[in-house]
Amino acid sequence: MTWFVLIFGRFLVAGTPLLLGTIGEIYAEKAGNLNLGVEGMMAVGAISGFAFAHNTGNPWIGFILAGCMGGLLSLVHAFVTISLRANQVVSGLALTMFGVGLSGFIGNEYVGISLVPRFKNVAIPFLSEIPFVGEVLFTRSPVFYIAILLAVVFWYIMFRTKWGIIIRACGENPKTAESAGINVYRVQYTCVLIGGVCAGLAGAYISLYYIPTWIDGMIAGRGWIVIALVILSQWNSLKALFSCYLFGSIYVLQYALQGSFLNPTLLLMMPYLTAVTVLIVDSKKTLKYKTGSPTHLGEPYIK
Amino acid sequence: MARWRIEKREKKSLGFVLMILLLSVASGLLVASIIFFLRGVNPWMALTKIFAGSFGSVYGWKETITKSIPLILIGSGLCIVFSAKFWNIGAEGQLLMGAVGATLFGLFLFPKLNPAILIPLMFLAGFIFGAIWGLIPALLKVKLKINETIVTLMLNYIAAEFILFLIYGPWKGKTQFGFPYTDNFAKSLYLKTFPESRVHIITLAIGIVFAIVCWFLLYKTKFGYEIRITGANPEAGKYSGIKTSKILIFGMLISGGLAGLAGAGEILGIHHRLCQPLTISSGYGFTAIIVAWLGNLNPILVVITSIFFGGLLVGGDAIKSSLGFPHATIEIFNGLILFFLLIGTFFIQYRIRLLNKNEKGIKS
Repeated sequence: MTWFVLIFGRFLVAGTPLLLGTIGEIYAEKAGNLNLGVEGMMAVGAISGFAFAHNTGNPWIGFILAGCMGGLLSLVHAFVTISLRANQVVSGLALTMFGVGLSGFIGNEYVGISLVPRFKNVAIPFLSEIPFVGEVLFTRSPVFYIAILLAVVFWYIMFRTKWGIIIRACGENPKTAESAGINVYRVQYTCVLIGGVCAGLAGAYISLYYIPTWIDGMIAGRGWIVIALVILSQWNSLKALFSCYLFGSIYVLQYALQGSFLNPTLLLMMPYLTAVTVLIVDSKKTLKYKTGSPTHLGEPYIK
Repeated sequence: MARWRIEKREKKSLGFVLMILLLSVASGLLVASIIFFLRGVNPWMALTKIFAGSFGSVYGWKETITKSIPLILIGSGLCIVFSAKFWNIGAEGQLLMGAVGATLFGLFLFPKLNPAILIPLMFLAGFIFGAIWGLIPALLKVKLKINETIVTLMLNYIAAEFILFLIYGPWKGKTQFGFPYTDNFAKSLYLKTFPESRVHIITLAIGIVFAIVCWFLLYKTKFGYEIRITGANPEAGKYSGIKTSKILIFGMLISGGLAGLAGAGEILGIHHRLCQPLTISSGYGFTAIIVAWLGNLNPILVVITSIFFGGLLVGGDAIKSSLGFPHATIEIFNGLILFFLLIGTFFIQYRIRLLNKNEKGIKS
C-alpha cells in the first residue's frame, strides 16, 4: 500500500503549484483583467525563491520574497493595461517573455546546485495518524496546507463577502460599479497584484519543494495550463481544488502511461480541450448554465 | 497637484509614429542594459556580442535571414487580422499544423510523387492545415461570439500535444533508432539553400511575395479598406454594409495559412522531418506578434522588423556561446520591447494635457 500513498502524494505535489496560480488568476480575471503573464511570473517566482532561500538558508524567506517578485511584475502589467489602457493579451505575452528570459538570466549561476534549505513535510498531529488518508493528506509540505486554505478563503471572500461583490462588479460592469462609488482602477490593481503574488508563490513552490534545484525553463508551460484551468474551474476557487489536482494527477500519470495503451499526450491535451468546450458552453446563454465568466474580461475600462 | 486629462489624439503623422516605434526599441534595449549592468555584465559588451553575432559576419547574416523567414510569413498575415482587431495569438499552433499537413502529404500520402509537384503540394497542404486551424477561432468568434484570444492560445497547445502524439505514436520513424521524430523526407524533397547556409531560398521568396501581396491587399484594395474600418470602428463598418464575419473568416484563413506555410517551410528547408514542436518553432508565432506591431501593421515594414528580430534570435545563440547565458535571455529584450511598444501605442493614441484652473479635471 505504500506505493498507493506515494502516488497520491505525487498527485498532490504536482497539483499544488497549479492551484496557487489558478486561484490568483481567478481574482485578476474576475475583476476584468486577463493576465497571460502567469508563466513569466511563475518563472521569476521560482528563481527568486530559489536564490533567496539558497543565500539566506531559509525557505520561508525565499517563498515570501518570491511572492513579492511575482506581485512586482504583475504591477507592470497592471500599469500598462489599466492606467495606459493597453491590450491585455499583448501585455501578458510581454510579461511572460520578460519573466522567462529574466529567470534564465538570473538563474544562470544557480544551475546544478541542489537546494539545501528546502521545505520539509510536516505531519499534522492526530490527523496524520489516520491510516492512508493521514499519510496522504496530512503529512505534506506547509505550502500544501497554505494553498488549500487560500483556495477556501479566496472562495469565501469572492462569493460570501461585500469585497467579493465589489470585485465581481468590476469584472461584470465597471461603469455601473464606478457610479456606485467603487474605485474600479484600485480594485483591478489589487486583484492583478493578488494574481501576481500567487503566481510567484506557485513558482517558488516548484523550486523550493517540487524540484528543489534550478533548471532553466523548469516552469515548462505550467503557467499556460493555469490559464486553461481558470476556465475549467469556471472562475471558482473551490472548483479549482478539483480541477487542479485532477490535472496534477494527469501530469504524474503521463510518465506511467508512456508506451501503454493510452497515449499520455492525448491526456495532456485535456485541459486545453475542456477549456475551449467550457467557452462554447458559456456562449450558449440559452442553456441557462452559468460558468461565471466575467463579462468585461479583457476590455480596458475607460472612465 | 497638477490636474491633467487624457485626450484622444486626432492627427498622427507617420514621422511621429515611427519616432515612437524607434523610441520603444531604444527604451527596451536601455532597460535590458540596466538589468545586465545590475547583474555585473557589461551591457555594452553584451549588446555588441548579440548584434555582432547576428549582423557582424556573413555567417551571422545567413542565420539571421534563416530565422526571419517564418517571421516574415507569420508577421504579414498577422498585419491583416490585427488590423481588424482580431487578436490571433495562435500563429504558433497554425505553424505547427502546417508542418503536420506538409508531413502528411510528403511522407505518407504521396511519397512517390515527382518532387517538382510534391514540394508545391506540401506547401499547399501546409497552407490549408494552418488555415483550417485558424478558421476554428474565427468561426467560434463569428457564430458564438467567443473571445478569440483564449481559443487561439489553447489551440497552440492542442497542436503541440497533437504533434507529440504523432511523433511518439503512429508517425514515429522506423529508421530513427527510437528517437521521437518521423522518418526523414526523401532527399529530393530537401529545399535548396543558399550556399553554406540554412537559408531556404524558396520559402524566403514566398515570404517576400506574400508580404507584398498582403500590403497590397491591406492598403490598396476595397477589402483591405473594409478590414481597417472593421478594426478602427466596427459600428461604423456595420452601418456602411461591411460584413464583419466575412472579413474575420477570410482574414484568419490568410493569417493561419501563412503561418502554416512557415511551418511547411521550416520542416522542408531545415528539419526534413516532423520533430519536437519546440524544435520546429522557437516561439516564432509569438515573436511575430512583436514583429507585426513594431512594423506598424504594414507588411512591407514587417520584412525589416522580421530581420531585426531574426537577428535577436541569433544573438541569443551568441550570448549563449560567448557569455554562457541561456538562450532564453534574449526573451528579456523581446518582452521589454513589447512593453515599451504598448506604452508607445498609448502615446500614439492619446495625449496627456495639463489643465488650467477653470477647466474640469475629468479624464476622457
